[in-house]
Amino acid sequence: MSGEPMVRCLDVHKRFGRLEVLQGVNLDVARAEVVVLIGASGSGKTTLLRCINHLETLDSGRIYVDGELIGYRETNGRLREDSERAVARKRSAIGMVFQRFNLFPHLTALGNVIEAPVHVRKVPRKEAERLGRELLAKVGLADKVDEHPARLSGGQQQRVAIARALAMEPKLMLFDEPTSALDPELVGEVLDVMQSLAREGMTMIVVTHEMGFARGVAHSVVFMDEGQVVERGTPDQVFASPRQLRTQAFLRKIL
Amino acid sequence: MIANVLLEIRFDWGTVADYLFDPIIIRALRETMVIASLAMVVGIVLGTVLGVMRVSRNPVANVAAGLYVWFWRATPVVLQLLILYFGLRQVIENDLFRDNWTRWRAAVITFGLNEAAYMAEIVRAGIGSVEPGQMDAAKSLGMTQLQALRRVILPQALRIMVPPTGNEFIAMLKNTSVAFAIGVVELLNAAKIQSARNFKIMELYTVAAFWYLVVVSAFSLLQAELERMLAAGERERPETLLSRAMSVMGGSRGI
Repeated sequence: MSGEPMVRCLDVHKRFGRLEVLQGVNLDVARAEVVVLIGASGSGKTTLLRCINHLETLDSGRIYVDGELIGYRETNGRLREDSERAVARKRSAIGMVFQRFNLFPHLTALGNVIEAPVHVRKVPRKEAERLGRELLAKVGLADKVDEHPARLSGGQQQRVAIARALAMEPKLMLFDEPTSALDPELVGEVLDVMQSLAREGMTMIVVTHEMGFARGVAHSVVFMDEGQVVERGTPDQVFASPRQLRTQAFLRKIL
Repeated sequence: MIANVLLEIRFDWGTVADYLFDPIIIRALRETMVIASLAMVVGIVLGTVLGVMRVSRNPVANVAAGLYVWFWRATPVVLQLLILYFGLRQVIENDLFRDNWTRWRAAVITFGLNEAAYMAEIVRAGIGSVEPGQMDAAKSLGMTQLQALRRVILPQALRIMVPPTGNEFIAMLKNTSVAFAIGVVELLNAAKIQSARNFKIMELYTVAAFWYLVVVSAFSLLQAELERMLAAGERERPETLLSRAMSVMGGSRGI
Protein backbone atom coordinates (compact mmCIF):
# COMPACT_ATOMS: atom_id res chain seq x y z
CA MET A 1 0.00 0.00 0.00
CA SER A 2 2.15 2.84 -1.24
CA GLY A 3 2.23 5.61 -3.75
CA GLU A 4 -0.76 7.50 -5.09
CA PRO A 5 -4.12 6.53 -3.60
CA MET A 6 -6.40 4.37 -5.74
CA VAL A 7 -9.38 6.53 -4.84
CA ARG A 8 -9.36 10.17 -3.86
CA CYS A 9 -12.57 12.00 -3.02
CA LEU A 10 -12.16 15.75 -2.58
CA ASP A 11 -14.92 17.79 -0.95
CA VAL A 12 -17.69 15.85 -2.66
CA HIS A 13 -21.17 17.37 -2.52
CA LYS A 14 -24.30 15.67 -3.82
CA ARG A 15 -27.87 16.82 -3.53
CA PHE A 16 -31.11 15.09 -4.54
CA GLY A 17 -33.62 17.88 -4.95
CA ARG A 18 -33.38 19.74 -1.66
CA LEU A 19 -31.87 16.83 0.23
CA GLU A 20 -28.13 17.27 0.78
CA VAL A 21 -26.88 13.69 0.84
CA LEU A 22 -23.13 14.29 0.63
CA GLN A 23 -21.92 17.41 2.38
CA GLY A 24 -18.21 17.59 1.70
CA VAL A 25 -16.76 14.09 1.72
CA ASN A 26 -13.02 13.69 1.77
CA LEU A 27 -11.75 10.16 1.49
CA ASP A 28 -8.59 8.46 0.29
CA VAL A 29 -8.33 4.76 -0.37
CA ALA A 30 -4.86 3.33 -0.89
CA ARG A 31 -4.04 0.58 -3.40
CA ALA A 32 -4.92 -2.89 -2.12
CA GLU A 33 -6.67 -1.32 0.84
CA VAL A 34 -9.99 -2.74 2.03
CA VAL A 35 -12.20 0.01 3.41
CA VAL A 36 -15.49 -0.73 5.13
CA LEU A 37 -18.01 2.11 5.17
CA ILE A 38 -20.44 2.08 8.06
CA GLY A 39 -23.18 4.46 9.09
CA ALA A 40 -26.92 4.80 9.47
CA SER A 41 -29.15 4.63 6.41
CA GLY A 42 -29.30 8.04 4.80
CA SER A 43 -25.74 8.81 5.84
CA GLY A 44 -24.69 8.84 2.19
CA LYS A 45 -22.65 5.62 2.02
CA THR A 46 -24.41 4.19 -1.03
CA THR A 47 -24.51 7.56 -2.75
CA LEU A 48 -20.77 7.98 -2.28
CA LEU A 49 -20.17 4.58 -3.83
CA ARG A 50 -22.39 5.46 -6.79
CA CYS A 51 -20.52 8.75 -7.23
CA ILE A 52 -17.19 6.92 -7.40
CA ASN A 53 -18.23 5.11 -10.57
CA HIS A 54 -20.33 8.05 -11.74
CA LEU A 55 -23.69 6.34 -11.56
CA GLU A 56 -24.53 9.63 -9.84
CA THR A 57 -23.24 13.04 -10.89
CA LEU A 58 -21.50 15.42 -8.49
CA ASP A 59 -22.76 18.82 -7.50
CA SER A 60 -19.27 19.89 -6.52
CA GLY A 61 -15.96 18.33 -5.61
CA ARG A 62 -13.86 15.79 -7.46
CA ILE A 63 -13.27 12.09 -7.45
CA TYR A 64 -10.10 10.50 -8.82
CA VAL A 65 -9.69 6.79 -9.41
CA ASP A 66 -6.14 5.66 -10.13
CA GLY A 67 -5.24 9.25 -10.89
CA GLU A 68 -8.02 9.82 -13.41
CA LEU A 69 -10.80 12.33 -12.78
CA ILE A 70 -14.13 10.52 -12.85
CA GLY A 71 -17.13 11.78 -14.80
CA TYR A 72 -15.63 15.11 -15.74
CA ARG A 73 -12.89 16.59 -17.84
CA GLU A 74 -10.79 19.52 -16.83
CA THR A 75 -10.18 22.07 -19.58
CA ASN A 76 -8.53 25.37 -18.72
CA GLY A 77 -9.31 24.92 -15.06
CA ARG A 78 -13.01 24.37 -15.63
CA LEU A 79 -14.88 21.13 -15.20
CA ARG A 80 -17.09 19.86 -17.99
CA GLU A 81 -19.09 16.66 -17.99
CA ASP A 82 -17.29 13.84 -19.73
CA SER A 83 -18.70 12.16 -22.83
CA GLU A 84 -20.68 8.99 -22.29
CA ARG A 85 -17.97 6.90 -23.93
CA ALA A 86 -15.25 8.30 -21.67
CA VAL A 87 -17.36 7.65 -18.59
CA ALA A 88 -18.13 4.11 -19.76
CA ARG A 89 -14.45 3.44 -20.37
CA LYS A 90 -13.48 4.59 -16.88
CA ARG A 91 -16.34 2.63 -15.36
CA SER A 92 -15.14 -0.58 -16.97
CA ALA A 93 -12.11 -0.48 -14.67
CA ILE A 94 -14.33 -0.23 -11.59
CA GLY A 95 -16.38 -3.24 -10.58
CA MET A 96 -19.60 -2.90 -8.60
CA VAL A 97 -21.62 -5.46 -6.68
CA PHE A 98 -25.17 -4.51 -5.75
CA GLN A 99 -27.42 -5.35 -2.83
CA ARG A 100 -30.02 -6.86 -5.14
CA PHE A 101 -27.43 -8.63 -7.35
CA ASN A 102 -28.90 -7.15 -10.58
CA LEU A 103 -27.98 -10.20 -12.62
CA PHE A 104 -29.30 -10.26 -16.19
CA PRO A 105 -32.22 -12.72 -15.93
CA HIS A 106 -32.36 -13.58 -19.61
CA LEU A 107 -28.75 -14.87 -19.59
CA THR A 108 -27.17 -17.88 -17.90
CA ALA A 109 -24.53 -17.46 -15.20
CA LEU A 110 -21.79 -17.81 -17.81
CA GLY A 111 -23.72 -15.52 -20.12
CA ASN A 112 -23.82 -12.86 -17.42
CA VAL A 113 -20.09 -13.15 -16.80
CA ILE A 114 -18.99 -12.94 -20.46
CA GLU A 115 -21.47 -10.27 -21.56
CA ALA A 116 -19.32 -7.23 -20.78
CA PRO A 117 -15.93 -8.70 -21.81
CA VAL A 118 -17.36 -9.70 -25.19
CA HIS A 119 -19.35 -6.56 -25.96
CA VAL A 120 -17.43 -3.86 -24.15
CA ARG A 121 -13.82 -5.04 -24.32
CA LYS A 122 -14.32 -7.02 -27.50
CA VAL A 123 -12.71 -10.15 -26.09
CA PRO A 124 -13.27 -13.10 -28.47
CA ARG A 125 -16.11 -15.26 -27.25
CA LYS A 126 -14.15 -18.49 -26.77
CA GLU A 127 -11.53 -16.69 -24.72
CA ALA A 128 -14.20 -14.92 -22.66
CA GLU A 129 -15.96 -18.22 -21.99
CA ARG A 130 -12.73 -19.83 -20.85
CA LEU A 131 -11.99 -16.98 -18.46
CA GLY A 132 -15.62 -16.90 -17.38
CA ARG A 133 -15.59 -20.56 -16.43
CA GLU A 134 -12.40 -20.01 -14.42
CA LEU A 135 -13.97 -17.12 -12.54
CA LEU A 136 -17.15 -19.02 -11.80
CA ALA A 137 -15.08 -21.96 -10.58
CA LYS A 138 -13.14 -19.54 -8.38
CA VAL A 139 -16.35 -18.41 -6.68
CA GLY A 140 -17.41 -22.02 -6.28
CA LEU A 141 -20.02 -22.22 -9.04
CA ALA A 142 -18.35 -24.36 -11.70
CA ASP A 143 -21.43 -26.59 -11.84
CA LYS A 144 -23.86 -23.72 -12.31
CA VAL A 145 -22.45 -22.11 -15.44
CA ASP A 146 -25.50 -22.88 -17.57
CA GLU A 147 -28.16 -22.01 -15.03
CA HIS A 148 -30.32 -18.94 -15.25
CA PRO A 149 -30.34 -16.62 -12.23
CA ALA A 150 -33.90 -17.59 -11.31
CA ARG A 151 -32.65 -21.11 -10.59
CA LEU A 152 -29.91 -19.94 -8.22
CA SER A 153 -30.07 -19.12 -4.53
CA GLY A 154 -29.36 -15.58 -3.38
CA GLY A 155 -25.84 -16.44 -2.27
CA GLN A 156 -25.13 -18.12 -5.60
CA GLN A 157 -26.52 -15.14 -7.51
CA GLN A 158 -24.35 -12.72 -5.60
CA ARG A 159 -21.28 -14.86 -6.26
CA VAL A 160 -22.11 -14.82 -9.97
CA ALA A 161 -22.45 -11.05 -9.70
CA ILE A 162 -18.98 -10.86 -8.15
CA ALA A 163 -17.57 -13.05 -10.93
CA ARG A 164 -19.30 -10.85 -13.48
CA ALA A 165 -17.68 -7.74 -12.05
CA LEU A 166 -14.27 -9.43 -11.86
CA ALA A 167 -14.49 -10.50 -15.51
CA MET A 168 -13.69 -6.93 -16.53
CA GLU A 169 -10.41 -7.10 -14.55
CA PRO A 170 -11.17 -4.02 -12.47
CA LYS A 171 -8.62 -2.06 -10.43
CA LEU A 172 -11.22 -1.29 -7.80
CA MET A 173 -14.26 -3.16 -6.49
CA LEU A 174 -17.23 -1.41 -4.91
CA PHE A 175 -19.65 -3.43 -2.78
CA ASP A 176 -23.01 -1.91 -1.86
CA GLU A 177 -24.37 -3.96 1.05
CA PRO A 178 -23.59 -7.20 -0.77
CA THR A 179 -25.10 -9.49 1.85
CA SER A 180 -28.01 -7.42 3.14
CA ALA A 181 -30.55 -9.15 0.92
CA LEU A 182 -29.37 -12.66 1.75
CA ASP A 183 -30.70 -15.22 4.16
CA PRO A 184 -28.26 -15.51 7.08
CA GLU A 185 -26.97 -18.96 6.18
CA LEU A 186 -25.98 -17.73 2.71
CA VAL A 187 -24.02 -14.70 3.90
CA GLY A 188 -20.89 -16.66 4.73
CA GLU A 189 -20.27 -18.00 1.23
CA VAL A 190 -20.31 -14.48 -0.19
CA LEU A 191 -18.09 -13.02 2.54
CA ASP A 192 -15.61 -15.86 1.95
CA VAL A 193 -15.32 -14.88 -1.72
CA MET A 194 -14.84 -11.25 -0.74
CA GLN A 195 -12.18 -12.23 1.78
CA SER A 196 -10.15 -14.20 -0.76
CA LEU A 197 -10.45 -11.26 -3.14
CA ALA A 198 -9.04 -8.99 -0.43
CA ARG A 199 -6.18 -11.41 0.19
CA GLU A 200 -5.25 -11.23 -3.49
CA GLY A 201 -4.71 -7.50 -3.09
CA MET A 202 -7.87 -6.04 -4.65
CA THR A 203 -8.69 -2.50 -3.60
CA MET A 204 -12.19 -2.71 -2.12
CA ILE A 205 -14.71 -0.28 -0.69
CA VAL A 206 -17.46 -2.17 1.08
CA VAL A 207 -20.66 -0.73 2.49
CA THR A 208 -21.87 -3.33 4.96
CA HIS A 209 -23.35 -4.06 8.34
CA GLU A 210 -21.30 -7.24 8.69
CA MET A 211 -19.00 -6.18 11.50
CA GLY A 212 -17.31 -9.57 11.61
CA PHE A 213 -16.12 -9.02 8.06
CA ALA A 214 -14.99 -5.50 8.95
CA ARG A 215 -12.98 -6.76 11.89
CA GLY A 216 -11.47 -9.70 10.08
CA VAL A 217 -10.77 -8.34 6.62
CA ALA A 218 -10.85 -4.55 6.55
CA HIS A 219 -7.74 -2.38 6.83
CA SER A 220 -9.82 0.71 7.62
CA VAL A 221 -13.28 1.38 8.91
CA VAL A 222 -14.89 4.70 7.93
CA PHE A 223 -17.93 5.96 9.80
CA MET A 224 -20.19 8.32 7.88
CA ASP A 225 -23.01 10.41 9.25
CA GLU A 226 -25.19 13.03 7.54
CA GLY A 227 -23.13 13.12 4.40
CA GLN A 228 -19.69 13.45 5.95
CA VAL A 229 -16.84 11.26 7.10
CA VAL A 230 -16.94 11.48 10.87
CA GLU A 231 -14.26 9.04 11.89
CA ARG A 232 -11.72 6.71 10.36
CA GLY A 233 -9.32 4.18 11.76
CA THR A 234 -8.40 0.54 11.90
CA PRO A 235 -11.22 -1.82 12.92
CA ASP A 236 -9.75 -2.07 16.39
CA GLN A 237 -9.56 1.69 16.79
CA VAL A 238 -13.08 2.38 15.58
CA PHE A 239 -14.89 -0.51 17.23
CA ALA A 240 -13.01 -0.68 20.53
CA SER A 241 -12.24 2.98 21.12
CA PRO A 242 -14.27 5.32 18.92
CA ARG A 243 -13.28 8.92 19.42
CA GLN A 244 -16.35 10.75 18.17
CA LEU A 245 -19.62 10.85 20.06
CA ARG A 246 -21.66 10.12 16.96
CA THR A 247 -19.56 7.06 16.24
CA GLN A 248 -20.05 5.84 19.79
CA ALA A 249 -23.81 6.36 19.56
CA PHE A 250 -24.05 4.47 16.28
CA LEU A 251 -21.92 1.56 17.47
CA ARG A 252 -23.96 1.27 20.63
CA LYS A 253 -27.01 0.74 18.51
CA ILE A 254 -25.58 -1.98 16.33
CA LEU A 255 -23.01 -3.87 18.33
CA MET B 1 -94.63 -15.04 -33.41
CA ILE B 2 -91.00 -16.03 -33.11
CA ALA B 3 -91.66 -19.07 -35.26
CA ASN B 4 -92.98 -16.74 -37.98
CA VAL B 5 -89.80 -14.65 -37.89
CA LEU B 6 -87.65 -17.78 -37.98
CA LEU B 7 -89.52 -19.16 -40.97
CA GLU B 8 -88.88 -15.91 -42.84
CA ILE B 9 -85.11 -16.04 -42.48
CA ARG B 10 -83.58 -16.59 -45.85
CA PHE B 11 -79.87 -17.43 -45.56
CA ASP B 12 -78.19 -19.30 -48.36
CA TRP B 13 -75.41 -21.53 -46.91
CA GLY B 14 -74.75 -22.65 -50.45
CA THR B 15 -73.52 -19.19 -51.37
CA VAL B 16 -71.30 -19.13 -48.33
CA ALA B 17 -69.76 -22.44 -49.39
CA ASP B 18 -69.36 -21.17 -52.97
CA TYR B 19 -67.52 -18.03 -52.00
CA LEU B 20 -65.49 -19.35 -49.07
CA PHE B 21 -62.66 -20.42 -51.32
CA ASP B 22 -63.44 -18.19 -54.25
CA PRO B 23 -60.19 -17.02 -55.91
CA ILE B 24 -61.10 -13.35 -55.64
CA ILE B 25 -61.85 -13.70 -51.95
CA ILE B 26 -58.69 -15.69 -51.31
CA ARG B 27 -56.56 -13.19 -53.16
CA ALA B 28 -58.12 -10.35 -51.20
CA LEU B 29 -57.46 -12.30 -47.99
CA ARG B 30 -53.83 -12.57 -48.99
CA GLU B 31 -53.73 -8.82 -49.67
CA THR B 32 -55.09 -8.16 -46.19
CA MET B 33 -52.48 -10.38 -44.55
CA VAL B 34 -49.59 -9.03 -46.60
CA ILE B 35 -50.53 -5.40 -46.06
CA ALA B 36 -51.03 -5.96 -42.34
CA SER B 37 -47.75 -7.87 -41.96
CA LEU B 38 -45.60 -5.42 -43.92
CA ALA B 39 -47.17 -2.45 -42.18
CA MET B 40 -46.53 -4.17 -38.86
CA VAL B 41 -42.85 -4.66 -39.70
CA VAL B 42 -42.53 -0.98 -40.58
CA GLY B 43 -44.41 -0.07 -37.43
CA ILE B 44 -42.29 -2.25 -35.15
CA VAL B 45 -38.93 -1.14 -36.57
CA LEU B 46 -39.78 2.55 -36.63
CA GLY B 47 -41.66 2.27 -33.35
CA THR B 48 -38.64 0.77 -31.59
CA VAL B 49 -36.44 3.63 -32.80
CA LEU B 50 -39.05 6.15 -31.66
CA GLY B 51 -39.51 4.40 -28.32
CA VAL B 52 -35.78 4.53 -27.62
CA MET B 53 -35.77 8.20 -28.63
CA ARG B 54 -38.57 8.83 -26.17
CA VAL B 55 -36.50 7.51 -23.24
CA SER B 56 -33.35 9.28 -24.39
CA ARG B 57 -31.97 12.11 -22.32
CA ASN B 58 -31.26 14.01 -25.52
CA PRO B 59 -33.98 16.68 -25.62
CA VAL B 60 -34.05 16.85 -29.42
CA ALA B 61 -34.64 13.12 -29.81
CA ASN B 62 -37.17 13.10 -27.00
CA VAL B 63 -39.28 15.96 -28.32
CA ALA B 64 -39.10 14.92 -31.97
CA ALA B 65 -40.37 11.45 -31.15
CA GLY B 66 -43.01 12.92 -28.88
CA LEU B 67 -44.33 15.12 -31.67
CA TYR B 68 -44.46 12.20 -34.06
CA VAL B 69 -46.43 10.08 -31.61
CA TRP B 70 -48.81 12.93 -30.87
CA PHE B 71 -49.58 13.64 -34.50
CA TRP B 72 -50.02 10.08 -35.73
CA ARG B 73 -52.14 9.00 -32.81
CA ALA B 74 -54.40 12.04 -32.86
CA THR B 75 -55.51 11.77 -36.47
CA PRO B 76 -57.78 8.96 -37.74
CA VAL B 77 -56.15 6.36 -39.97
CA VAL B 78 -58.73 6.96 -42.68
CA LEU B 79 -57.77 10.61 -42.82
CA GLN B 80 -54.09 9.71 -42.93
CA LEU B 81 -54.77 7.36 -45.87
CA LEU B 82 -56.74 9.99 -47.74
CA ILE B 83 -54.08 12.65 -47.17
CA LEU B 84 -51.17 10.41 -48.04
CA TYR B 85 -52.75 8.97 -51.14
CA PHE B 86 -55.19 11.41 -52.71
CA GLY B 87 -53.74 14.46 -51.03
CA LEU B 88 -50.13 13.85 -52.02
CA ARG B 89 -51.10 12.86 -55.54
CA GLN B 90 -52.78 16.20 -55.95
CA VAL B 91 -50.06 18.27 -54.37
CA ILE B 92 -46.98 16.57 -55.83
CA GLU B 93 -47.12 17.19 -59.55
CA ASN B 94 -44.30 14.80 -60.39
CA ASP B 95 -45.07 11.99 -62.84
CA LEU B 96 -42.45 9.67 -61.43
CA PHE B 97 -43.99 10.02 -57.99
CA ARG B 98 -47.55 9.54 -59.22
CA ASP B 99 -46.63 6.44 -61.20
CA ASN B 100 -44.92 4.83 -58.25
CA TRP B 101 -47.18 5.92 -55.43
CA THR B 102 -49.73 3.15 -55.83
CA ARG B 103 -52.72 2.62 -53.57
CA TRP B 104 -51.18 -0.54 -52.22
CA ARG B 105 -47.85 1.11 -51.35
CA ALA B 106 -49.59 4.12 -49.85
CA ALA B 107 -51.67 1.78 -47.68
CA VAL B 108 -48.66 -0.16 -46.37
CA ILE B 109 -46.67 3.00 -45.64
CA THR B 110 -49.56 4.83 -44.01
CA PHE B 111 -50.54 1.91 -41.81
CA GLY B 112 -46.86 1.43 -40.94
CA LEU B 113 -46.28 5.06 -40.00
CA ASN B 114 -49.48 5.08 -37.97
CA GLU B 115 -48.60 1.86 -36.20
CA ALA B 116 -45.13 3.19 -35.33
CA ALA B 117 -46.73 5.80 -33.08
CA TYR B 118 -48.53 3.13 -31.05
CA MET B 119 -45.51 0.83 -30.98
CA ALA B 120 -43.35 3.70 -29.71
CA GLU B 121 -45.51 3.90 -26.61
CA ILE B 122 -45.46 0.13 -26.15
CA VAL B 123 -41.66 0.10 -26.42
CA ARG B 124 -41.36 3.04 -24.02
CA ALA B 125 -43.57 1.28 -21.48
CA GLY B 126 -41.64 -1.95 -21.95
CA ILE B 127 -38.32 -0.24 -21.31
CA GLY B 128 -39.77 1.48 -18.26
CA SER B 129 -40.95 -1.83 -16.86
CA VAL B 130 -37.42 -3.18 -16.53
CA GLU B 131 -35.87 -2.66 -13.08
CA PRO B 132 -33.55 0.35 -12.86
CA GLY B 133 -30.98 -1.93 -11.22
CA GLN B 134 -30.45 -3.58 -14.60
CA MET B 135 -29.30 -0.34 -16.18
CA ASP B 136 -27.08 0.31 -13.14
CA ALA B 137 -25.44 -3.08 -13.52
CA ALA B 138 -24.97 -2.68 -17.26
CA LYS B 139 -23.46 0.76 -16.87
CA SER B 140 -21.20 -0.32 -14.04
CA LEU B 141 -19.75 -2.94 -16.38
CA GLY B 142 -18.80 -0.19 -18.83
CA MET B 143 -21.75 -0.30 -21.26
CA THR B 144 -23.10 2.89 -22.80
CA GLN B 145 -26.82 3.57 -22.54
CA LEU B 146 -27.37 2.32 -26.08
CA GLN B 147 -25.40 -0.87 -25.50
CA ALA B 148 -27.30 -1.49 -22.30
CA LEU B 149 -30.62 -0.97 -24.08
CA ARG B 150 -29.70 -3.38 -26.85
CA ARG B 151 -28.12 -6.14 -24.79
CA VAL B 152 -29.88 -5.96 -21.44
CA ILE B 153 -33.00 -3.80 -21.32
CA LEU B 154 -34.81 -4.48 -24.61
CA PRO B 155 -34.47 -8.29 -24.40
CA GLN B 156 -36.20 -8.12 -21.03
CA ALA B 157 -38.72 -5.56 -22.22
CA LEU B 158 -39.64 -7.95 -25.03
CA ARG B 159 -41.63 -10.17 -22.70
CA ILE B 160 -43.75 -7.26 -21.56
CA MET B 161 -44.17 -5.95 -25.10
CA VAL B 162 -45.47 -9.14 -26.75
CA PRO B 163 -49.11 -9.10 -25.56
CA PRO B 164 -49.82 -5.45 -26.47
CA THR B 165 -47.95 -5.87 -29.76
CA GLY B 166 -50.08 -8.93 -30.51
CA ASN B 167 -53.13 -6.79 -29.85
CA GLU B 168 -51.81 -4.20 -32.26
CA PHE B 169 -51.35 -6.77 -35.00
CA ILE B 170 -54.86 -8.08 -34.53
CA ALA B 171 -56.17 -4.52 -34.69
CA MET B 172 -54.05 -3.95 -37.79
CA LEU B 173 -55.54 -6.98 -39.55
CA LYS B 174 -58.98 -5.54 -39.02
CA ASN B 175 -58.00 -1.93 -39.72
CA THR B 176 -56.81 -2.83 -43.20
CA SER B 177 -60.48 -2.92 -44.09
CA VAL B 178 -60.35 0.86 -43.96
CA ALA B 179 -58.02 0.81 -46.97
CA PHE B 180 -61.06 0.58 -49.19
CA ALA B 181 -61.22 4.35 -48.71
CA ILE B 182 -58.38 4.62 -51.17
CA GLY B 183 -59.61 1.74 -53.28
CA VAL B 184 -57.45 -1.14 -52.13
CA VAL B 185 -59.22 -4.45 -52.64
CA GLU B 186 -58.67 -6.23 -49.40
CA LEU B 187 -60.89 -8.86 -47.79
CA LEU B 188 -63.79 -6.71 -46.66
CA ASN B 189 -63.85 -4.65 -49.82
CA ALA B 190 -63.82 -7.80 -51.95
CA ALA B 191 -66.77 -9.24 -50.02
CA LYS B 192 -68.63 -5.96 -50.43
CA ILE B 193 -68.01 -5.84 -54.18
CA GLN B 194 -69.16 -9.43 -54.68
CA SER B 195 -72.29 -8.90 -52.62
CA ALA B 196 -73.20 -5.94 -54.83
CA ARG B 197 -73.16 -8.30 -57.81
CA ASN B 198 -75.23 -11.17 -56.44
CA PHE B 199 -77.19 -9.35 -53.72
CA LYS B 200 -76.21 -12.05 -51.17
CA ILE B 201 -75.03 -9.47 -48.70
CA MET B 202 -75.27 -11.48 -45.46
CA GLU B 203 -73.68 -14.54 -47.03
CA LEU B 204 -70.67 -12.66 -48.36
CA TYR B 205 -70.08 -10.81 -45.12
CA THR B 206 -70.27 -14.18 -43.33
CA VAL B 207 -67.44 -15.36 -45.57
CA ALA B 208 -65.40 -12.28 -44.66
CA ALA B 209 -66.13 -12.74 -40.95
CA PHE B 210 -65.10 -16.39 -41.18
CA TRP B 211 -61.71 -15.55 -42.63
CA TYR B 212 -61.03 -12.74 -40.13
CA LEU B 213 -61.80 -15.24 -37.36
CA VAL B 214 -59.49 -17.88 -38.80
CA VAL B 215 -56.55 -15.53 -39.28
CA VAL B 216 -56.85 -13.86 -35.88
CA SER B 217 -57.24 -17.22 -34.12
CA ALA B 218 -54.20 -18.68 -35.84
CA PHE B 219 -52.19 -15.61 -34.89
CA SER B 220 -53.37 -15.81 -31.27
CA LEU B 221 -52.00 -19.35 -31.02
CA LEU B 222 -48.66 -18.15 -32.39
CA GLN B 223 -48.61 -15.30 -29.88
CA ALA B 224 -49.21 -17.68 -26.97
CA GLU B 225 -46.34 -19.86 -28.15
CA LEU B 226 -44.07 -16.83 -28.44
CA GLU B 227 -44.94 -15.82 -24.88
CA ARG B 228 -44.03 -19.33 -23.71
CA MET B 229 -40.72 -19.16 -25.53
CA LEU B 230 -39.83 -15.83 -23.95
CA ALA B 231 -40.42 -17.19 -20.45
CA ALA B 232 -37.04 -18.92 -20.74
CA GLY B 233 -35.43 -17.37 -17.70
CA GLU B 234 -38.29 -17.76 -15.29
CA ARG B 235 -38.55 -20.19 -12.43
CA GLU B 236 -41.89 -21.57 -13.57
CA ARG B 237 -41.23 -22.30 -17.15
CA PRO B 238 -44.35 -23.14 -19.18
CA GLU B 239 -43.41 -25.77 -21.71
CA THR B 240 -43.61 -24.60 -25.29
CA LEU B 241 -45.71 -26.58 -27.74
CA LEU B 242 -42.66 -26.84 -29.94
CA SER B 243 -40.63 -28.63 -27.29
CA ARG B 244 -43.57 -30.89 -26.50
CA ALA B 245 -43.89 -31.75 -30.17
CA MET B 246 -40.18 -32.50 -30.33
CA SER B 247 -40.22 -34.79 -27.33
CA VAL B 248 -43.20 -36.63 -28.79
CA MET B 249 -41.18 -37.14 -31.95
CA GLY B 250 -38.34 -38.69 -29.99
CA GLY B 251 -36.04 -35.76 -29.15
CA SER B 252 -34.98 -35.32 -25.55
CA ARG B 253 -33.53 -31.82 -25.53
CA GLY B 254 -35.67 -29.25 -23.77
CA ILE B 255 -36.04 -25.99 -25.63
